[in-house]
Amino acid sequence: MNAIKNLNKTTRNNFLTYGAVVLAYAVVQLLMGSLSSSLKGMLVPICAYVVMALSLNLTVGVLGELSLGHAGFMSVGAFSGVTAAMALQELIPFAPLRLTVSMLIGAVFAGIAGFLIGIPVLRLNGDYLAIVTLAFGEIIKSIINNLYLGLDGKGLHFSLLTDRTALDEDGLLIIGGPMGIGGIQRLSTFTAGFVLVMLSLFIIFNLVNSRTGRAIMAVRDNSIAAESIGINITKYKLIAFVTSAALAGAAGTLFAMNYTTIVANKFDFNASILILVFVVLGGLGNMFGSIVAAAALTILPEALREFDDYRMLVYAIVLILVMLATNNPAIQGFFARLRGARKGAAEQ
Amino acid sequence: MSRPERKPVRLVPVPSTNKIPERDIGQSPILECRHLGIDFGGLTAVNDLNMAIGRTEIAGLIGPNGAGKTTVFNLLTKVYQPTRGSILLDGHETSKMTTAQVNRTGIARTFQNIRLFDNLSVEDNVKLGLHNHIRYGMFEGIFRLPRFWSQEKLAHESALELLHIFGMEDMANVKAGSLPYGAQRRLEIVRALATNPSLLLLDEPAAGMNPSETSELMDNIVKIRNTFHIAILLIEHDMNLVMGICEGICVLNFGQVIAKGTPDEIKSNPVVIEAYLGKGKKGGK
Repeated sequence: MNAIKNLNKTTRNNFLTYGAVVLAYAVVQLLMGSLSSSLKGMLVPICAYVVMALSLNLTVGVLGELSLGHAGFMSVGAFSGVTAAMALQELIPFAPLRLTVSMLIGAVFAGIAGFLIGIPVLRLNGDYLAIVTLAFGEIIKSIINNLYLGLDGKGLHFSLLTDRTALDEDGLLIIGGPMGIGGIQRLSTFTAGFVLVMLSLFIIFNLVNSRTGRAIMAVRDNSIAAESIGINITKYKLIAFVTSAALAGAAGTLFAMNYTTIVANKFDFNASILILVFVVLGGLGNMFGSIVAAAALTILPEALREFDDYRMLVYAIVLILVMLATNNPAIQGFFARLRGARKGAAEQ
Repeated sequence: MSRPERKPVRLVPVPSTNKIPERDIGQSPILECRHLGIDFGGLTAVNDLNMAIGRTEIAGLIGPNGAGKTTVFNLLTKVYQPTRGSILLDGHETSKMTTAQVNRTGIARTFQNIRLFDNLSVEDNVKLGLHNHIRYGMFEGIFRLPRFWSQEKLAHESALELLHIFGMEDMANVKAGSLPYGAQRRLEIVRALATNPSLLLLDEPAAGMNPSETSELMDNIVKIRNTFHIAILLIEHDMNLVMGICEGICVLNFGQVIAKGTPDEIKSNPVVIEAYLGKGKKGGK
């Protein structure tokens, strides 16, 4: 206990977050037998959304730039990852390894997309940046909606707008434009999701608590001062943005491999906003909050199923109530007193 | 942390009539401005500024409000691109550099309205000043490789060492935004010093300080110069401070240099007195 107390506050909070995730995983694994099938089906999406929330928190909370196109990177990761998984089917028969490789490829492609979009976008600030990321999210969606990609003996073929891939007879059309990808092998498992969440936490915590993360937060707090002490603002904005996009790409692959078909329309503006809601509700820069918010808000619509048509209405009301509650001085004071009392008890 | 030795640079002819302190005369000046000027639209904010600063000089830039002093700082640090003229820093032309590159070449500054990283701790603020002296990559940081630990340890030690100048070691873990005003001003100076500059620009370091704090600040500025052997250029309205520690003073009015010289010369210069107090009635009373 003393050893934990002596650690610096951030390190302690980070370890508590790791611990909470491991605990949640263990509890779910223990209760796996008694879970309803709809809840079981949601375990992988929850993990994917948690990683999405964590990665967006890196852009919004740590870098301090509002991005409204995060689902676009998830989409890039989903489609490139699944394509890779299908293309590598014979080469890597071992499923977990194939999933890992696909996620890596998804992360790399999403990272490249993040880099290309980041160069023009990160010259902007605030509202302008938000609007342009929104546009890029929609552009990614439109491109993938019109992309045809097939594989045959001669290699990969692709075309835009119409299917001109002209595959051999033994060829396989992987991405079929608006039809998306069909016949996906469902490789994603809850354990894979758990590992990805832990990995994302590891990357984000260690990045934030290093030279690079300090520079990113300096750009957020005061970019003029950051420049005056020799920090290359564009470089660190890009690093945060690309890391965030790459993690979103891995989450996208995980998400897509949980379904047999996936279409680009799934990753639209609404999805981006949903992820932003997780981040804002969990607290900017608060990774633990993001995890809880993402998990709770993914389960909530399912839990509200009995409200039927009024489901989204109740969902919105719950959201508003939570936001009001977290900003209420009386409630904040109550939690502060609670923390103070606990601290006092610990010191005695 | 061992600070890299500065290499001597080639001698640059001094064009201005600046008086550089005698001990610096053998060396080229750290900073030279030649015919420096900037226009904002039709407004000429600074015009034909010639200035040279010796390697270990404490220089002052004074003038009435709106004279263009902070604009000069922004020109020197390349926040603004000069319209005319050139700036030589340590013999290097800075026209193609960005603000960050100018800092790496040797200018560090503080701001008139304090600009700290409010949500970070005092120690992190100083470590950010050391940013370009800590050498490890992003992946070494993420995977916590040995270089991360050794470099971070070094950064921690030198940050505390730098904070010690102003006796702020015990505040290392406090959030910078919650420091009292005077401590924030001092922290800004420490952060600037951490970048290992050869010229330190202080924009109104004594603003909002009481006389005893100001005199403490004066001692500290001289101490910084003597410890780090760097040049300091400061903007200040407190004449006790300026006349007390500056060796060379440049007076600016309406973007023009109206006088240059030692404190004694400036004090008795009628043009300067007029700029500050205005012209007396013709014939006087």
